[in-house]
This record gives sequence, structure tokens and C-alpha cells, in this order.
Amino acid sequence: MSFLEVKHLDVFYGDVQVIFDLSMHVDEGEVVSIIGGNGAGKSTLLKALSGLVPPRSGEILFQGRALHRAPPEEIVEEGIVHVPEGRRLFSLMSVKDNLIVGAYNRRADAVKDRTLGEVYELFPRLKEREAQMALTLSGGEQQMVAIGRGLMAKPRLLMLDEPSLGLAPILVKSIFDTLKKIAQAGTTVLLVEQDVKHSLSLSHRGYVLEHGRIVLEGPAADLLNDPHVKTAYLGL
Amino acid sequence: MLFLIEDAINGILMGSIYGLTALGLTVIFGVLKVINFAHGSLLMVSMYAAYWTVALTGWHPYLALVIVAPAMFVFGYYLQDIVIKPIFKAEQDVREPITVIIVTTGVWYILDNLTLLLFGPQYRTLQDNPLRGRMLEIGQMLISVPKLWGFAAAVLTASGLYLFFQKTRLGRAVRATSLDRQAASLMGINQYKVYNIAFGIGTATAGIAAVTLVPFYNVFPTVGVLFDIKGFIIVVLGGLGSIGGALLGGIIIGLIESVGPQFMTATWTEAIVYGLFLLVLFVKPSGLFGVRYDW
Repeated sequence: MSFLEVKHLDVFYGDVQVIFDLSMHVDEGEVVSIIGGNGAGKSTLLKALSGLVPPRSGEILFQGRALHRAPPEEIVEEGIVHVPEGRRLFSLMSVKDNLIVGAYNRRADAVKDRTLGEVYELFPRLKEREAQMALTLSGGEQQMVAIGRGLMAKPRLLMLDEPSLGLAPILVKSIFDTLKKIAQAGTTVLLVEQDVKHSLSLSHRGYVLEHGRIVLEGPAADLLNDPHVKTAYLGL
Repeated sequence: MLFLIEDAINGILMGSIYGLTALGLTVIFGVLKVINFAHGSLLMVSMYAAYWTVALTGWHPYLALVIVAPAMFVFGYYLQDIVIKPIFKAEQDVREPITVIIVTTGVWYILDNLTLLLFGPQYRTLQDNPLRGRMLEIGQMLISVPKLWGFAAAVLTASGLYLFFQKTRLGRAVRATSLDRQAASLMGINQYKVYNIAFGIGTATAGIAAVTLVPFYNVFPTVGVLFDIKGFIIVVLGGLGSIGGALLGGIIIGLIESVGPQFMTATWTEAIVYGLFLLVLFVKPSGLFGVRYDW
């Protein structure tokens, strides 16, 4: 049995179906990428996994527990933590308060002081800015807070939605370096990205999502050499 | 000159009590993004609760606080949970759910008329009230003692709320929810529970205000309406969602109401209050202490 197992998932926004009969899995300790273009359903998939958009049918099993009907707060308690697209920081709260709110769940709250130290070690910049309001930060710093806030929740599975979106190339590289460190520290990572090259080179496996269906899956190295991925996503 | 100082002091005291009545309104707005039209009615219900507690037990009027504040917290918590939450869920994707305003207006009418039905239209005042008409003499100035206690209650309540929101785990969760309810969900915060708690806190502060008002104010079914309108002006003047703003907004209005009549006919002071209100809306729509980036 896999760490995260998704079976025959159907997700709708109102009457519009976005995800069709999707099955996938993530093993413990893996880094898995989901790649695909705009509107392929990548973000919706993460929202279904984190309980923001409950799936209409299908199953989500995490460490053997069925979570497809659980509310977001219960899913976080189980250890699935979603770092949303566009960062979604609490704009009028300080950097430190943003991070501490990340540790709201009971599991993380008990160890929040130590986790805060670890996050500051990973992002020394945030320590310097801890008293600043989140909305005064630059885009790169905001992304650091978003990832740090996710780590504060003590994730067993960390899901990141487009962490490189809107960042300068040099910052993109540093964000991916950080993700590598997080993965090496033992956190399982599910990564949704448009930056296919960076995300696949970091991952063990990948899924290609098109129009709400998985069209291709396999080891990341194979996907990078796949002719379809090359023409459609790498522009080669 | 002495009259002026005396009026100013009494105005500040009464104004802070206005601020206290408006605190709940600003807390509920800050979190739920909803103007709670039932707030005055909740204050009225609290006043009846305080009145009956004192009338039936014969306690000191301020002792009613230990019953009224927790009871109103529970009342507000379940009012939100049972009546308002379903509407919220139906309007999940709306940042400022308008229909909730209609629902709170309905609650206002129901509460006011239910009270009229149960207790009749008569004005009630506490009998054998140790605080009624008590004055503190400072030189030649007379300061109302129950208003002085009201001032203390207002400052303590506002500071308590401020510390709660800044320093506690639950307070931070409430602030996070008020800024981005979906992101707060992703932090493991149950947004609907936060709304219940915010509504409970807002209603409990109305309870505190009621306990300070009952010793020197009449209780009747529509008493809430008077404070409702003042409350709206106060929170917009001070900045919607700002706790310090509500207190200072109340004090500004109290000052105008009590110092104004020294210079003009008393009815003109209302014109000044509303004029100032309009001016603030023109010059600084977010209110004197509101945050510019949001609401």
C-alpha cells in the first residue's frame, strides 16, 4: 500500500468536470511532480487532496486512511499540507505570526518553537524580517514564508502549487535548491509546476496531466527524454 | 471653564461606553466581513439579562457580569452556528456575503419583538440600585461613578481583546481567518468554528457593555436601536475592524455630544457628529485607525 493513494478521482466545479477518473500514488520519501499546461487541472487536484474542493467520487487514501470526505483541517492534522498557488500569505500579519499560524494543528503546535528555529535556519532572511508585515516582502521572500509556513505544519506530505510562479530565474533556482533540501531531510513532496525542467530534475517520478486526465507517467528521467514532453513542455 | 472640563470628562466616559457597545460590532465585522444589524438587539437582550439577574438575585449590579458575559458568548456562538453559518456555507466563495446582513436584520426584528411580547413596552430601571446617581466630587466637578466604571470596563475589554488577538493561538487563528479564510483552512483552522467564536466574543462584549449600562440606563425593547446607529458611526469613524478605533471613535462622539451643548443647541451636536462622519468618509474612507490595504 502506498503512502498516498488516489483512486478514480472525479472533481467538479459546479457542473463542470475538471478531473476525470484520475488515479495516482506517492510513496513515502518520494518527490513526485505533476506537470501540465494552464487549465490542465493541476491546482484542482491539489485542492481536492487538501479538502478545499471535495471530490464528487473516487477515493483518497493517506497512510491507509480515507480522506476524500474529510474537511481541510482534518487533512492537515493527518499531515497533508498544501502550499497554495500565489502564496496566499496573511498579508497584515507579521512574518513570524504567519509562520506560527502555520503550526496551528495540534501535532505541530506542540513543537512549534523548534520548527520555527529550523525554518529560520533554512531561510535566514525570514529571521531578519520576522517583525515585518507579510505584504511588505518581495515576491521571493513571500514564497519563502509560504514554504516556511507549510513546513511549520510538520507535513508528512508537502504539496506545493507553482512555488516558482512569478519569480526571477535566480530566485527560481534558489527555491528549487530549498525544495531539494526539504526532500533530502525526509519530507515527501508532491510538486505541481509549469517549470518542467527544474521540477522533473528534482523528482523521482512524474505525472503529465492534460485536460484533467493523466496522459503519461513514469520516472522523472524518462519523462524528461519523452518526445511528447520535450515538444509540448520543454519547447525542444 | 470648569463646566467645560467637567463636560469633557463625562463625555469621554460616556463615549468610551459607546465604544464598548461598538466593540463587538467591529470584531464581528473584522472577522466575518459582515455588518451585524442584530448587534443592538444583542445589546438589548444583554441588558434584559443583566436587569433580570440583578432584579431576581438582588446582587450588586456589576456582579451580573459573571452570568451575562458567558451567557451572551454562548448565545452568540450558537446564533452564528445555527442561523448564520448555513448562509455562509451557501455563499462560500463570496468575500463579503451580503445575504448574511439580511439574516442579521431578521434576527434584530425577531429579538426586539420577542422581547416586546415577553416583557412589554415599559421602561425598567433597577430598584435599590447602589450606583444610581452616584457622583464623585473632584473640587467643584461632579463625575458620574457608574460611567467611570464603564470607562474602566471599556479600556480593560479593549486591551483584553487586543492581547487575545495578538498573543494567543486562537487569536492568531481568528486574525488569519479574517485575512484569508481559504488559506486559513489550509493551516488546519476550522473557519466556521472561528466564526462562531468571533460571534460569541462580539456578543459577550455587548454583554459587558450591558452590565455597565444597566445601573444608569433604562431597559426597554428598542433600547438597542439607539446604540446600533451610534455603533455603526463609531466603527466606521474609527476604522472597521479596529479595536482601538472603536474606543476612540466612541470617545469622539461622546465628547461632541457633551461639550457641544455648551456652545449650541443640543440638537445641533447630532449634525456635527454626522458631518464629521461624512468628512471622514470623504477624506479617509478606511476610518481614522483603519488599515488602508484592506476593507
